[in-house]
Amino acid sequence: MSQNTEYRYLISTLLRRIFQRLKDAISDLFPIILVISIFQVAVLRQPFPQLLEVLIGAGLVVIGLMLFVQGLEMGLFPIGETLAVAFAKKGSLTWLLIFGFGLGFSTTVAEPALIAITEEAAEVAAQGDIIASDESAQDSYALGLRLTVAVSVGLAIGIGIIRILRGWPVHYLIIAGYVLVILMTLIAPKEIVGIAYDSGGVTTSTVTVPLVTALGVGLATSIRGRNPMVDGFGMIALASLFPMIFVLGFGMIVFGVEITW
Amino acid sequence: MNILLEIAQTFVTTCRDVFPVLALIVGFQYFILRQPIPRLGQVVMGFVCVLIGLTLFLVGLEKALFPLGRIMANQLSAPEFVFGTETVPQDPDWWAYGWIYLFAALIGFATTIAEPALIAVAYKANQVSGGTISQWGLRLVVALGVAVGIALGTFRIITGTPLFLYIAAGYLIVIVQTIFAPKTIIPLAYDSGGVTTSTVTVPIVAALGLGLSATIPGRNPALDGFGLIAFASLFPVITVMAYVQIVQWWARKRVKPRRER
Repeated sequence: MSQNTEYRYLISTLLRRIFQRLKDAISDLFPIILVISIFQVAVLRQPFPQLLEVLIGAGLVVIGLMLFVQGLEMGLFPIGETLAVAFAKKGSLTWLLIFGFGLGFSTTVAEPALIAITEEAAEVAAQGDIIASDESAQDSYALGLRLTVAVSVGLAIGIGIIRILRGWPVHYLIIAGYVLVILMTLIAPKEIVGIAYDSGGVTTSTVTVPLVTALGVGLATSIRGRNPMVDGFGMIALASLFPMIFVLGFGMIVFGVEITW
Repeated sequence: MNILLEIAQTFVTTCRDVFPVLALIVGFQYFILRQPIPRLGQVVMGFVCVLIGLTLFLVGLEKALFPLGRIMANQLSAPEFVFGTETVPQDPDWWAYGWIYLFAALIGFATTIAEPALIAVAYKANQVSGGTISQWGLRLVVALGVAVGIALGTFRIITGTPLFLYIAAGYLIVIVQTIFAPKTIIPLAYDSGGVTTSTVTVPIVAALGLGLSATIPGRNPALDGFGLIAFASLFPVITVMAYVQIVQWWARKRVKPRRER
């Protein structure tokens, strides 16, 4: 009986919130539609290709965005924080680090944007005669890039956790990382530099960001003397810095070191 | 019917993509912490919302925004549109591609405003800062950074100048700003760089870069095509810190005269 009313209550709040979100989602996507329409109509003056399909797609984006944001607030954020708080209380650094690494690796290895860009990179590299152009060479290059990035994100989250526990300021780590990236660029093969720099931004996706942010903020909130504003953020910055370093390293291993500058 | 099939397929891949995250959370909750998940019904419903939302979102993106983004990149860099001739003249001037810079900036702004990951982080930042950082303020400033970054990135592809120099200069600005910026904002600013470039932005921006480097003579997609995402994740860091510094300076200026009275 009480179970039943609980679910009915949940569904009714859900529906009410969804209608509220619909308005938000439409206002979120309006700018994209506006930019493309203006360019098509005023600048390019060409007919809109596949108008119906595009409109259906835009409708799906609006509904999808709305459900996604609602779901995050109900599911991912609370559980991410609960887990982080539970691990912080448990006091086992080893498990916390394993959890952090697992979170970083698992959310990155299956990231759609990363899959898309590594395949693109393999194709472009094959066309440029940088790697062999057969299917298996391309696949292994793409998979190598993906695993490199996923491992580096896992490590970044681990180091981010240690940083929060120790209270190190994030900018020292980041600036040291920047210096390392620049130094590695000097000796990295130039075919890898573009994709390495890009891989930093690609890793932090729609699934990774909310969970990692929740972990960081939850951890910083649960430890005395840590300010969630100062210590809770910074995890994503590390997760976008480490892939650059690791992919540059991957390039040096695959293509060899070369002095370009 | 076709679109229903596509939704079903995307749902399966989305489930597969989200599965490692789910397995991790459930595994840690039940086997390591040995605690039931609090408010299980709500969390499960949230997860279902995330899955459905992400699926519809990705299908909509594939149907509506990708094709348009790709077509736009090709149309805007076509020699008939830029020069009014069949072929590209020798050594084209960089300002001839004015519409591309404008389009790059606008599309960067528009995709960032609609980015779910950024919405999630803005929500968290607003919560954590106790309302001082407004959600819309943060989103606008980050989107502005992406706009400037991508426009500059297209300029780099068109002029063929090395990516390394731009990124090194950007890092230098970030380091100088870090010295003067208020300590509380630094981690958030660093994070905002990684947040901008995820599922929405990456494919559109990557298509733009690869399309441009393929159509402009003397550019090699393998060397010049990538790098736009690196710009899009570097510049928001600069603009977010600048925003906070300006706001702080403004506040100090308004407080001073009052004290003198």
